[in-house]
Amino acid sequence: MPSITLHINDHPHAVDVAPDTPLLWVLRDTVGLTGTKYGCGMGLCGACTVHLDGEARRACQILVSSIGSARITTIEGLAADRKHPVIRAWLAEQVPQCGYCQPGQIMQAAALLAGTPHPTRQQIDEAMNGNICRCGTYQRIRRAIARAAAETA
Amino acid sequence: MMPDDTLTRRAFLGVGAQGAAALVVGFYLPACGGTRETTPGRAGQAFTPNAWIRITADDRITILVEKPELGQGSRTYTAMMVAEELEADWSTIRVVQAPTVPAIYKELRTAGSGGVESTYLAMRQAGAQARELLRTAAARHWGVPRQDCRAVNGAIVLAGTGRRLSFGALASAAAALPALAPTEIPLKAPEQFRLIGRAVPRLDLPAKVDGSATFGIDVRVPGLLFAVIARCPYFGGRLRHVDATRARRVPGVHAVFPVAPLPRRFNTAGGVAVVADSSWSAVQGRRELVLAWDRPAGEPESTAGLRRVMERAVLGPATFVAVDRGDVVDALRGASRVLEADYESPFQAHATMEPMNTTVDVREREIEVWSPTQFADEVQREIAELAGVALDRVIVHMTLSGGSFGRRYQWDVPAEAWQVANVMRRPVQVMWTREDDFQHDFYRPHNRQRLRAGLDTRGRLVAWSTRIVTTPIAATNLYTGYTESPETLRDPATIAALEWYGGDIAPYAIPNFRLDYAPADSVVPRSWWRSVASSYTPFAEESFMDELAHALGRDPLRFRLDLLTPGEPDADRLRRVLRLAAEQAGWGTPLPAFQGRGLACRVNGTCSAQVAHVAVDPDGSVRVLRVVSAVDCGLVISPDGVRAMTEGAINFALTAVLTGAITVKDGAVEQSNFHDYRVLRLSQAPDIDVQIVSSTAPPSGVGELGAMLAGPAVANAVFAATGVRVRRLPIESTLLRRT
Repeated sequence: MPSITLHINDHPHAVDVAPDTPLLWVLRDTVGLTGTKYGCGMGLCGACTVHLDGEARRACQILVSSIGSARITTIEGLAADRKHPVIRAWLAEQVPQCGYCQPGQIMQAAALLAGTPHPTRQQIDEAMNGNICRCGTYQRIRRAIARAAAETA
Repeated sequence: MMPDDTLTRRAFLGVGAQGAAALVVGFYLPACGGTRETTPGRAGQAFTPNAWIRITADDRITILVEKPELGQGSRTYTAMMVAEELEADWSTIRVVQAPTVPAIYKELRTAGSGGVESTYLAMRQAGAQARELLRTAAARHWGVPRQDCRAVNGAIVLAGTGRRLSFGALASAAAALPALAPTEIPLKAPEQFRLIGRAVPRLDLPAKVDGSATFGIDVRVPGLLFAVIARCPYFGGRLRHVDATRARRVPGVHAVFPVAPLPRRFNTAGGVAVVADSSWSAVQGRRELVLAWDRPAGEPESTAGLRRVMERAVLGPATFVAVDRGDVVDALRGASRVLEADYESPFQAHATMEPMNTTVDVREREIEVWSPTQFADEVQREIAELAGVALDRVIVHMTLSGGSFGRRYQWDVPAEAWQVANVMRRPVQVMWTREDDFQHDFYRPHNRQRLRAGLDTRGRLVAWSTRIVTTPIAATNLYTGYTESPETLRDPATIAALEWYGGDIAPYAIPNFRLDYAPADSVVPRSWWRSVASSYTPFAEESFMDELAHALGRDPLRFRLDLLTPGEPDADRLRRVLRLAAEQAGWGTPLPAFQGRGLACRVNGTCSAQVAHVAVDPDGSVRVLRVVSAVDCGLVISPDGVRAMTEGAINFALTAVLTGAITVKDGAVEQSNFHDYRVLRLSQAPDIDVQIVSSTAPPSGVGELGAMLAGPAVANAVFAATGVRVRRLPIESTLLRRT
């Protein structure tokens, strides 16, 4: 199998995997970045959200062969120094309960704020609607995004 | 990466065989203090006054928490209780999961919202015990009376001198002191608390926002293989034939083999395991299997058929009478007006965000298990029994769980994982896909309830009867031993515990009251689901109470307040939360057309009332705009924790109220992923206002009450908005459509 080079969190990673392997499993099982979570495998829940060139994407729906030179950012990259305003807002609002969906929620929220620094409640609701939280932290997610937006004013 | 927040048993015992012995005697066997073999005052000696606390010379305090962390904050709240009495410096606290050493740790589980309630006293006593030994050590060091030595923020200070010794500096001297019986130590009065009741940030959250938290599915050990199992989609079906030729050719696949079903005690379906070097290869391999299944004999089950059975069972004989006060039959006969209604709720899935999984390594001398379970000691017992080895040969690491809601109280998943790992003889993670998770859950029971109420000529409620019909939990859940024996289904204690508990409605003054039960057969596995029977009995009871109020032209709040027996403690607490919730929700103030407010209340140790405010759109869809929840849960450990649990429970229940249902056709579950089991999403989440009643009564649980009341509160609000009574969940928008 030819090796594929991925650019993950500013580091190149050469991986030997079948080209039709979804990025999610390459991150988790091959590269060892388990912060990106498996939730549904159908792009329905958002637990595996990563950034591809800054855009929020579902890693379970991206074939590793389709990525090319695009830059991949995972939760480990975004949160490396815990200084990202979304990370800080998430802690300030004490958002997580079980925490399993939260890396995906945070990646989605960070992408939203990168494109829309001051989202309305409706924009928050629309952008975050693809990310399921079964513990029910939705009210806190809304508050944390509003807080992060206010801090970056 | 290895779970870094779990002490391996070896590391734990590495305190020294002597150290471990000291841990035991320190708390449970104070009279045997003589078996402590540590060297008094040896430099660097860790101070382990009991099984939950370890203080080292560097002033670090490690607290071993028995309760699993499922998202409810157990690690933080346990540490708060210990640190409160210990007078520890909170910044020096580290929390680890207690290991499966059942002789010492007896609470490696949680259920029924009982975490705080069951540990509150013991964990404070553990902290106080350590504090007193540290005071004694300091008093001896300084040669002063003990009462002059006070514990303050991680140190012992000598009154009037400014002298202080940190806990770390005292650790080795304290370790040399004889054990102290915890019950002889006075505990702090609530007004002295400086952690309990305050806003203390949760200790588990930093790792949960940077991707470093290790859930069961994230466990990585050297040589790990990944497996999925192809299970028979038809409950009770068996593998007839498998052709694995193509599956074995999938790159990365190591092995394919049948897994026997374990019908008793485990209720696993069995099937065919595909083991590979990555989760994805295992899933790809499974896709290539050619499988033939034998269906169970008889007519395959369907939800339509089950509903017909239940329609008859609400009229048939009861197998169990839970409550029978006065003479309901006579009172109903004599009533001037009788109301009757049936309420129904379907099977529900847990749909935890982390799908089921367990990692097992079967080695020659021991079996090591990493599992996101909420019942680690039982997993240890069951795997020891399956493997035929002594209990202490099985080590279970209880990892973080990505949600549980009752699902992880079953041990079917670890049992299956052991079966696969036992063949492979190297570490294997058995992962369930989302489809596996939806189709092989232990579901919340399907149920139907018939309620009848009699009113006298003056509009007084004189009689109430409830018939509860469910697919009983007792018949399939693993805790009651997985039995098909009809005796279990007639055993009053079992039924009381599982099928109707909470069914004895709020302490309303109803002179003639009867609540009875009849089971309905089903092939679908059932078990606990956040609040269990109380997730559906209040839907019927509190909706019917609303029906009675409206039938009498009474305000539903006033009607409830008048029915609550004055002077009864729970009735008084309930009246208070009812008034508080109503006031905060603006009860009685006008709303636009097709909007309404609905009320419900409940006592379950904790007293709670909820007011939901809904809008019903022209297409019949229900939007829940706001929920006010007033909670009296006794003394509050963490106010923000109570708010978080209540918000979460309401959101969790709204799935079952608005969109979620598991249905069966042809003997199999029809739903398979989040497209056809639709859970609440952020845009549907209401604003939630949690009001906490201040109290010094002993703490009671809050994980479930929110889930009990969302159904009736929303259904009653829909009636207020539209005049249409919802008697079946999830709410069918076609009944409410106006266009």
